[in-house]
Amino acid sequence: MKTKVVLVACGTAVATSTVVAMAIEDAMKAKGIPVTIRQCKATEVPSLAPDADLIVSTTPVPDNLGKPVIKGLPFLTGIGKDAALDQIEAALRAG
Amino acid sequence: MSNSLMRLISPQLVFAGVEAGNADEVIALLGNKLAEQGLVADTYVEAVIARESDMPTGLPLGEINVAVPHTDPEHVIAPTVAVATLTRPVPFGNMEDPDEKLPVSIVFLLALKEKDKQIEMLQAIVGLIQNGSLLEEMTAAADKEDILALLAKAA
Repeated sequence: MKTKVVLVACGTAVATSTVVAMAIEDAMKAKGIPVTIRQCKATEVPSLAPDADLIVSTTPVPDNLGKPVIKGLPFLTGIGKDAALDQIEAALRAG
Repeated sequence: MSNSLMRLISPQLVFAGVEAGNADEVIALLGNKLAEQGLVADTYVEAVIARESDMPTGLPLGEINVAVPHTDPEHVIAPTVAVATLTRPVPFGNMEDPDEKLPVSIVFLLALKEKDKQIEMLQAIVGLIQNGSLLEEMTAAADKEDILALLAKAA
């Protein structure tokens, strides 16, 4: 399977996206899906989206990015985290 | 779990039963303490307040909601975190849906410098946020010693 690029965004690219990025990297490694994680600010998402396979963001991003977008909040609250990981896995396997 | 979190939380930066009318007041109160201790630049408080109104940090957790205000590393001198429990919940925007206001009872004000060096601290804080019974005990804590004891036990 080709390495997939996951763009992980939050407001500052230093805080919440760090936690989300680590969680996704660990979980996808465990599922045998090779991923490269790129962290960015939400404002940088439109310019970086073309090179990504999937976007996970803790803050709202525009909806016309042409790539699947998954909410990152479950990785912070713990609520719905497994479902979010399933969505990410499905999107990466489909892409 | 994390010694790094307890190393970064100093007793001078833990506040029990803070009275505040809004998010800006909580951020200013905590942020000014960080500035007094030389941990953040004079620009920090204003930068956090601006970011909070633009991209809020309230996290919907059900019973007890938490906010994690922070801003760009350029305003930070040394990484740290300040903690406050609020006597009355204060509205913070929902990170995921900024137009929605959440009643927040606990605030972790983050001062972050380099993301790679604070992974452990961030993961520790997220661990606390996901520990509902701990959050409940924190809001019931009478003073900072109680909160520090709870954090030390959980972390």
